[in-house]
Amino acid sequence: MAKSATDVGVQQSPHQRGDRELTYAEALVEAIAELMKEDPDFLIIGSYVLGLGPMRALFDEVRHEYPKRVLDPPTAEIGFTGFGVGAAMNGLHVLVDLSTASFIFEAFPQVVNEAANASYMSGGRLAVPIVFHFLHGLRGGGAAQHSHSPQAMLWNTPGLQIMMPSSPADVRGMLPTAIKSGNPTVFVDHSKLMPVRGYVPALPKEIPLGVADIKRSGRDVTVVATSYSVQQSLSACKTLASEGIDTELVDPRTVVPLDRQTILESVAKTGRLVVVDETHRSCGIASEIAAIASEEILDALKVPIIRVTVPDVPVPFSPVLESELDTTPERIAAAVRYQMTRKQINRL
Amino acid sequence: MPPQRFEPESAKKVLPDLEKTGLIELLHKMLLVRRFEERLIRLAEEGPSFGHYHVYIGQETIGIPALAALRPTDLVFPTHRNHGYLLSRGADPGRLMAEILGKQTGLNGGKAGTLHASAPELGIPHTSAIVGGIVPIAAGAALAAQLKGSNQISVALFGDGATEEGATFEALNIASLWRVPVIFLCENNTEEALGAAAGGYPKSVTAATDLGSIARSVGVPAVVVDGTDTRAVFTAMSEAAERARTSGGPTFVEAKVVRWPGSNPLWPELPAGETELRFAWEPESAPEQLLRWYRDQDGLLRYLREMLGASLLDKDDAAEIDSDVRSQVEAAVRFARNSAYPTPDSAYLDVFAGQS
Ligand SMILES: Cc1ncc(C[n+]2csc(CCOP(=O)(O)OP(=O)(O)O)c2C)c(N)n1
Ligand SMILES: [Mg+2]
Repeated sequence: MAKSATDVGVQQSPHQRGDRELTYAEALVEAIAELMKEDPDFLIIGSYVLGLGPMRALFDEVRHEYPKRVLDPPTAEIGFTGFGVGAAMNGLHVLVDLSTASFIFEAFPQVVNEAANASYMSGGRLAVPIVFHFLHGLRGGGAAQHSHSPQAMLWNTPGLQIMMPSSPADVRGMLPTAIKSGNPTVFVDHSKLMPVRGYVPALPKEIPLGVADIKRSGRDVTVVATSYSVQQSLSACKTLASEGIDTELVDPRTVVPLDRQTILESVAKTGRLVVVDETHRSCGIASEIAAIASEEILDALKVPIIRVTVPDVPVPFSPVLESELDTTPERIAAAVRYQMTRKQINRL
Repeated sequence: MPPQRFEPESAKKVLPDLEKTGLIELLHKMLLVRRFEERLIRLAEEGPSFGHYHVYIGQETIGIPALAALRPTDLVFPTHRNHGYLLSRGADPGRLMAEILGKQTGLNGGKAGTLHASAPELGIPHTSAIVGGIVPIAAGAALAAQLKGSNQISVALFGDGATEEGATFEALNIASLWRVPVIFLCENNTEEALGAAAGGYPKSVTAATDLGSIARSVGVPAVVVDGTDTRAVFTAMSEAAERARTSGGPTFVEAKVVRWPGSNPLWPELPAGETELRFAWEPESAPEQLLRWYRDQDGLLRYLREMLGASLLDKDDAAEIDSDVRSQVEAAVRFARNSAYPTPDSAYLDVFAGQS
């Protein structure tokens, strides 16, 4: 199922293959520009796709080239999101950008009670090709009202696909898939991902829904992480490697649909699981992945599962308090070390 | 039509109906806010970053006279552009600065930061950084005041952008139906905003050319005032407060200013350094790029001119107030910088009331 990024083109370096080194923001804008060019029915409502950082200027080119198909709406989330849903019901392929993830709460009825239900209520007669895009999570000083990670609440809503890229190559390959999927899709970005650099194929291919990526293969412990916490986990893996712990990092990339097989195969191999995620601890993304693993392969687990998540408190402003809650590489590494040293489950 | 009453120019009142000490206090507060915010921009530029923030420069002559028209027991509910109201209600500048820097000694122990700084003990119970979010809340507080039979009133403080949100319209309608004692004070700073062109927010996008018409459509009386005219703001707010207190229901007050150019980009800037008092009487001494704004559009300098014109103070008195607030601001910065960050375990407190 899953292809390891490290398996692709084993013989050639990224340079030899003609891959380009791009920032996440550049890769995202390239994907949007391509969709704009190829698909005259592609419409964007909202134009803060890249957030508040200096990279936001990259999007201006798209905005200026397609003024009729990049609409700057009023600050009226429930209204413009509903416009997106209606336009998608009438044949357009729409990306509604809510900018900061917390603003999706202003649009919740249109997302969870209209778009998500529409196909089902029609008995399968209606498709709603719409993407809800936002930047989630701890961004540095966002405080309680600008730091949400609503993807877990949205996972609790049947009828929404959920995609969470974590690298330039992934966002480049996943956004076109989201738009072309023909279904309401929540596309989760993170402002801390925007400056992340990585190789993007010269001829990018669409990355299908429900295909996980093994970001690092290893023998000892499986770490499953999503979105920016994949980057945090990669840095933890490096530290751990220098200590002789060989971590496998699985990035589901989409949670609806979820590539269970890749996760379960990895856990079967290592017998140890750490799930990392920036949603809050209770009923979060990590909770569901942990539940699936314990339902499906409890037998293979040498130690109980650990979750590294944001505790169940609103996000505080102070940098000291914000980083206390963060899923830092240090917290991830500590969890992995604990999995290696704790007492194994006694199965008699 | 009654015959127009002749008013000689000299008799035209330009200052709010307040005693001299009250008038000087307004100037003091305006300058405190101006110097606090100018210093804040420099702090942000020096780093470390304290996240996205907004300043009240150029709107001092709205919030300060508006709050002076209220009683201390009245409640006010701000948005993301909140520093001016907190200072105006007497919040300690050091504790506000400490909050903005995320320190333990901050107004909210570092939990709120710039976006959510509040002071329930000063009648500022909650600050929402969600556009439109505060409007129904302020009206709901007014409903409580009404049901308790108190003569307290409540004020929603919000920008023109909030009129784009459905929550604002819903709040206006309900407030009108239930005649609650609330004032909707809309600070319209959208004119001449460079908005998206400068990489900032687009200027407000509403098909209503007169924001008050949105309120009037649901039976809420609306007035428009020049937000650089301290007297006009004070008078409009006093009348609205009187109406609310005498069961006359809500009022929508729109105060218009030309957005301070330093607030046009997404992140505030000091495009031409700090404001100098002499720009009030020697407008040509202002830096070229802001000359017009300082001369014609800065309410604070206009109020200073009006005070000087009425001989309520002289230039030396003004300079003394300025140096007084400057040292207050420097003391606030020292206090905030020297304060410790909260201990990490305090992150887990206050999720529910009664935990700290
Ligand atoms: C629901 C919501 N959507 C978007 C934003 C992002 N945002 C922050 S300030 C702002 C503009 C607000 O304009 P206005 O209400 O006129 O206030 P001003 O900043 O001009 O004082 C926007 C859109 C937000 N905070 N909340
Ligand atoms: Mg405004």
